[in-house]
Amino acid sequence: MPMIRYLLVRLLGALPTLLAIVTISFFLIRFAPGGPFDQARALPADVVANLNAAYGLDRPLWDQYTTYLRDLAHGDFGPSFRYKDFSVTELIREGFPVSATLGAIAIAIALVAGVGVGVVAALHRGRWIDHATIGLSVVAIAVPSFVLLPALGLLFGIELHWLPVAGWDPTSVRDYVLPVTTLCLPPLAYIARLTRASMIEVMRSAYVRTAFAKGLPLRTIVLKHALRPALIPVASYLAPAVAMTMTGSLVVETIAGLPGIGRYLVQGALNRDYTLVLGMVIVYSTLLIAMGLVVDVLIAALDPRIRLEA
Amino acid sequence: MNAAVPPSPLLEARALRVEYHAARGLVARERVIAVDDVGFSLEPGETLGLVGESGSGKSTLARAILRLVPVAAGEVLWRGEDLLRWDRRRLRERRRGMQIVFQDPFASLDPRMAVVETLEEPLRIFESGLGRRERRARVLRMLERVGLGADAMHRYPHEFSGGQCQRIGIARAMMSAPELLVCDEPVSALDVSIQGQIVNLLADLQRESRIALLFISHNLTVVRHLSHRVLVMYRGRLVETATREALFAAPRHPYTRALLAAVPRVPRPGAASADPSRAAMPLAPDGPAGPVVGGCAYRARCPFAAAICAARTPELEPAGPDHAVACHRREAQTP
Repeated sequence: MPMIRYLLVRLLGALPTLLAIVTISFFLIRFAPGGPFDQARALPADVVANLNAAYGLDRPLWDQYTTYLRDLAHGDFGPSFRYKDFSVTELIREGFPVSATLGAIAIAIALVAGVGVGVVAALHRGRWIDHATIGLSVVAIAVPSFVLLPALGLLFGIELHWLPVAGWDPTSVRDYVLPVTTLCLPPLAYIARLTRASMIEVMRSAYVRTAFAKGLPLRTIVLKHALRPALIPVASYLAPAVAMTMTGSLVVETIAGLPGIGRYLVQGALNRDYTLVLGMVIVYSTLLIAMGLVVDVLIAALDPRIRLEA
Repeated sequence: MNAAVPPSPLLEARALRVEYHAARGLVARERVIAVDDVGFSLEPGETLGLVGESGSGKSTLARAILRLVPVAAGEVLWRGEDLLRWDRRRLRERRRGMQIVFQDPFASLDPRMAVVETLEEPLRIFESGLGRRERRARVLRMLERVGLGADAMHRYPHEFSGGQCQRIGIARAMMSAPELLVCDEPVSALDVSIQGQIVNLLADLQRESRIALLFISHNLTVVRHLSHRVLVMYRGRLVETATREALFAAPRHPYTRALLAAVPRVPRPGAASADPSRAAMPLAPDGPAGPVVGGCAYRARCPFAAAICAARTPELEPAGPDHAVACHRREAQTP
């Protein structure tokens, strides 16, 4: 019961945050120079006037803002200015599952493998396996996705013919492999480093020494005593990582030809596609806020001394 | 078994040596000898006191005999078997019989586990056949033995005082019914008013369970209260071993005498001002830090030091019944 109350209070508290984000984003993008109908060759003034009237851009800014909020409350993100005949809701509804699926798989793999690698490295601190982990993690974090994905495509697609280089069929697992690999390596490496560092710290603590003196097997000491506190920094990193990965990557989705939403934020901002930018900001910040809540509950579960208080 | 064979001690250390590699700056390392050529034995049910000042190697010795730190040389015989040769599995199984209570009662408990989970864990490992109900019953009985109630079961370490945490630490160590309990300065982190309670608790447990205690402390009053025999350690070596009575009545090593003289005492009204032998033995400032190579480590502080003390390291030699002292000058200082 206190848990339900806590969640309700936190969710209600998220609404003003979201409103503030929408408001700031709405006015920021409007104050940027240019508009959605600017093109290399300027349109005739009466055409622009008609377009502005059709999309309501001729009305006072405050009026447009309240209209946007009212539509938003009904779940309507408005029409896209650049993708004619598409509403932002439609664009996101079609693209988000693709990005979210790839992102969720990538983060899940990064979490499991990263924690595993981090624990093994910590338990072999200073030996070759530890040095190899640290070295490889630097590489995994430093190599940008626009290098990694084409390199993987070249090797596994064009040379070995094992996997498709690009293209998307949601039912074909083979299509997932290269983009998921590219997406998961940097967070995997980062999680491995976080886990290793906190694990080394915990394994030195007095109560882990007590656990050894008790005669517990190493597996029990790691799983029951050491891993829980060692995972707290990982949990904190998880909220931004999940929000970032599940909203798609411009680079990965463009190179692999995936119909996700990764490109919408950048494209929308460059094209002054006001509603699309706002829609993406809302999706991203909602995910971030929700994951923040999940992580807080997770941390409380990892450390029973932490009491959830709204 | 042949009745003529004398019963072997529970634990016997022979020529034990422990080294550390201490960091000197970022790269350089220096070898530090923390325990050097230490031997002693402990009978079942006996309480052995181990005294010495900070840095004398007491804690290292305690951890070495339980294989919690690596041993450089020597043997540790557990019922006649060298436990330093045990493989990991065997060591882990035998840990059931040898438990330790650490100095910092709070830090040595997992802060994320309720008391009942901490106390149940040894049973889950060593008596996996027990049902939940029986485990709970044993935990409850142990909590009562150490003076805590059933309400402690579901609380976390941070909800207890230092003294209560140490009771939990002792209960945890006792859960697997050990034959040896090493107490590594179990009261020095506690208030003086609580120290007595914990010492009495250990004395009670020892009387009831007939376990052997290795009791480490720099507090001579506490050691005197509990121990049958006492070992005195200085800079990694034993300098004197004796029964409690012999040690406190007739200390032979100048360091032991200085330690005893340093014990603050409340003067009894009407008593003669002070024991002259105590007053005559000030604890001189310590010599230069770091390992002493060759000779007696105590010579820099010793009022009786002579040429031989720098030339040769003194060995423990008998100085009476059940009494040994490592001092070249033991004759010179007889009061």
